[in-house]
Amino acid sequence: MTSSASSNFEPGAPFDFATVADAMKIMGHSAWLDMKRHAEGPDWVEIALPWHADIVADADSGVLASGPIISLMDNATGIAVWKKRGSFLPQVTVDLRVDYMRPARPGATVIGRGECYKITRSFAFVRGVAYDESIDDPVAHVVGSFILVGGETPA
Amino acid sequence: MTTIILPPYALGLGCTIDHMDGDVPVLGCDYGPRVAGRPGFWHGGALSGLLEMAAVTAVRSALGIDMHRLKPVNVSVQFMRGGVQKRTYAVGRVIREGRRLVNVSAEAWQDDRAKPLARAEMHVMIAAAKG
Repeated sequence: MTSSASSNFEPGAPFDFATVADAMKIMGHSAWLDMKRHAEGPDWVEIALPWHADIVADADSGVLASGPIISLMDNATGIAVWKKRGSFLPQVTVDLRVDYMRPARPGATVIGRGECYKITRSFAFVRGVAYDESIDDPVAHVVGSFILVGGETPA
Repeated sequence: MTTIILPPYALGLGCTIDHMDGDVPVLGCDYGPRVAGRPGFWHGGALSGLLEMAAVTAVRSALGIDMHRLKPVNVSVQFMRGGVQKRTYAVGRVIREGRRLVNVSAEAWQDDRAKPLARAEMHVMIAAAKG
């Protein structure tokens, strides 16, 4: 996820997960994947990715493709950066690494929990997990970084 | 030439095999609502999905069609340029093909292959022969 997710987002406006969730419902790739707001904390957010037949890797097994998991975690970690910064400031994903622990259960909603564990003047460092039944039995772990564009965050 | 069948997710995203680069399929995907992130640009996740698909497709074509179940182990994606509202291409390259593990990389670009939007490094397990 890069910069603002919607042209309605005023750069520098206070962060509000509901505003992002409304944009995800109607906008592009996130809307196609049907991503929804699930939970939030001081430096983390959770997004739900419902199972759909047209985002599977294999029609016979019904196992979700790995691509939608990356999209889920890109969104969850990017929004976690906004959450920690407290405002809609532009940022760009620099890299994202995903380790796939196991396939998601066919038919299950996958929850993506993204956490921003460190912000410097120009970078944000993130990590997260994707899980279906229990966060203690993750589908995937991710780690990544974002570069902060414009309006630097006071360290 | 092997016949590559793309997974439902790839077809849903709008990916097709655009052309062959030697023995390796080059995937192409048009810009549209399903791949859009912030206004006017590709979503990083959609771009990653395209890269992964290109990587796995390269592995499939190296191994021969449908003989094996492939499992993604991990992927590391670097984003270098924003993807604008244009058709985007991706191709994978098998770096090392072991008995159980394949190291594969992939690059995505738009007009100029020398200016990639993003690249991925991926490990893919050859899980078992099918049937």
